[in-house]
Amino acid sequence: MAASGETRSREGYSTNMALIETEDLSRIYNLGGNSVRALDGVSINIRQGEFVAIMGPSGSGKSTFMNIIGCLDQATGGRYLLDNIEVEKMDRDAVARVRNEKIGFVFQGFNLLSRTSALENIELPLLYRNVPAAERKGLALSALKAMGLEGWENHHPNQLSGGQQQRVAIARALVNNAPLILADEPTGNLDTKTSTEIMEVFVKLNREKSITIVLVTHEHDIAAYSGRIIRFLDGRILSDEPVKAK
Amino acid sequence: MINLPATFKISLRALRTNKMRSALTMLGIIIGVSAVITMLAVGTGASNKISEQISSMGSNLLIVFPGSITAGGLRMGSGSQSTLTSDDAMAIMRECSAVVEEAVPTLNGAAQIVFGNQNWSTSVYGTTPGMLFVRDWQLADGRIFNDQEVKNAAKVAVLGQTVVTNLFGEMNPSGQVIRIKKVPFTVIGVLSEKGQSMMGQDQDDVIYIPLATAQRKIFGTGAVPNMVRSITVKARSAADLKPAERQITELLKQRHRIGPHQEGDFTVRNLTQMMMVAEQSTQVMTLLLGAIASVSMLVGGIGIMNIMLVSVTERTKEIGIRMAVGAKSWDIRLQFIIEALTLSLIGGLTGILLGLIAAYAVSVFAGWPTVVSPLSVIFAFGFSGLIGIFFGFYPAYKASLLNPIDALRYE
Repeated sequence: MAASGETRSREGYSTNMALIETEDLSRIYNLGGNSVRALDGVSINIRQGEFVAIMGPSGSGKSTFMNIIGCLDQATGGRYLLDNIEVEKMDRDAVARVRNEKIGFVFQGFNLLSRTSALENIELPLLYRNVPAAERKGLALSALKAMGLEGWENHHPNQLSGGQQQRVAIARALVNNAPLILADEPTGNLDTKTSTEIMEVFVKLNREKSITIVLVTHEHDIAAYSGRIIRFLDGRILSDEPVKAK
Repeated sequence: MINLPATFKISLRALRTNKMRSALTMLGIIIGVSAVITMLAVGTGASNKISEQISSMGSNLLIVFPGSITAGGLRMGSGSQSTLTSDDAMAIMRECSAVVEEAVPTLNGAAQIVFGNQNWSTSVYGTTPGMLFVRDWQLADGRIFNDQEVKNAAKVAVLGQTVVTNLFGEMNPSGQVIRIKKVPFTVIGVLSEKGQSMMGQDQDDVIYIPLATAQRKIFGTGAVPNMVRSITVKARSAADLKPAERQITELLKQRHRIGPHQEGDFTVRNLTQMMMVAEQSTQVMTLLLGAIASVSMLVGGIGIMNIMLVSVTERTKEIGIRMAVGAKSWDIRLQFIIEALTLSLIGGLTGILLGLIAAYAVSVFAGWPTVVSPLSVIFAFGFSGLIGIFFGFYPAYKASLLNPIDALRYE
């Protein structure tokens, strides 16, 4: 586990320490008078350095769970600690800072800014962290190179293939040295070959930089890259078991 | 807080994406700003012209006219009575010297002037040397007649520029002999150019001669030997105008043996005050024009708000992405405010340019004097910036309140 010079020192995180800790987490949506329980008492511990796949059918609550642990949505009940920070009690801007510093997102639909170059997309988290322009560019460029996208920095998302776009998104997630990457069906829009490549990137990041990865998928062969599979059903955890080593 | 240059770059990119829409949105501000600049230029031009005319007339002036006579039930109008004399003028100088700096009696009338084979009809003013001081008028050449010449009814004349042009052309008139109503006069001086009066009269179409000469040799005075048509009074200061008016009225009533409650046989007119009122009304007019034009800027601002709201809705997903990677409320707000500000300031600059061109065009094609004051340019630019911030704020605020996950999922 060789931490490169730019990688923030992670001595503070012991591998046994919980990075994500939820206790009886619930989320109730109000849809036209009907309350829908999307999450119903979910208690989970995810330690620093784990690679977790979350599976389950549509409507099982896995995406809701991801949104809450990603601080994009708030639970209606229960407790959530991210890196021992009680996110529920924070105001909007403090939560935004947590997202910026602790979490990198990778989405199914890539969610890159159109009409914006690959490099500028990667720079985005640094922009909201007030990193000076020159430094921003340097950091973004090395993240881009780490994803094997050298030479593509000035291309706009619509000039890149799906796999390349997803690599840009991963570079964006990495550029702030966040300890956690949340990937919501990252291979859903990619062909098998590209999916394999992207998954190998995740595995490498997890092994070499000990970045915690939580991944939502409904494909078994994608989930098989992880070390632990949590299955959701009707807003509850159905099963939580380690993946047998291949 | 966010990196300003980067935010500005993002705004420009967003505006460039919808070139047509941005241009049309700016149009409101462009029209507003150029209207403000043009209107203020027209108004300032008009009020400057009036100020110029006031100072060309001389400052702090009162004019005393004789009253009207009533003949067989017909009132003949102001100045028809021959009750005012040059002694009255001397009495004003003597008695009211605390507030009056100079009182100049005048007897004037129209007369035909001949020089060589040229002739011209003009206003001939019999007056005293103090006239030039009272009217703040300089000589272009030669001298004004002195008190001795006034007393002796010397046949000397000082000509206005228009008279010079019409009688002499390019020739130097000094020392030449002209005939006023067939009486020969020697030209001893030429007045500098004064231009039009407020009423559009050519102030340079005039000849000044000694008062006594006018009384005895040109116009005649009838039954009253010292009769004058008016007395021009210069008060010591603007504040002295009112007291001077009152004191002169009292003095002349006394001299003309008129009871305190009777109407006088003369009128005192506060010329300067009349002009000031005119000046003030143009200033009010300028403000009104500016205010009306500002309304169009406001309308332009509402246009900006409208487009920004559309833009926020269109870019909900972008806002979601930015929030997901850590943009705080103010980062989002600032982005949209800067976008609105960029729109309004580019519109403002274009409007200023257009306004300058329009003001110039008005002065060239309509012949109105226009003055673009730097203040009006600063005002218009600043106001357009304020409008951008003001009308950009609500859409920006709305954008910053979006829930990150809802914004991300927005299609």
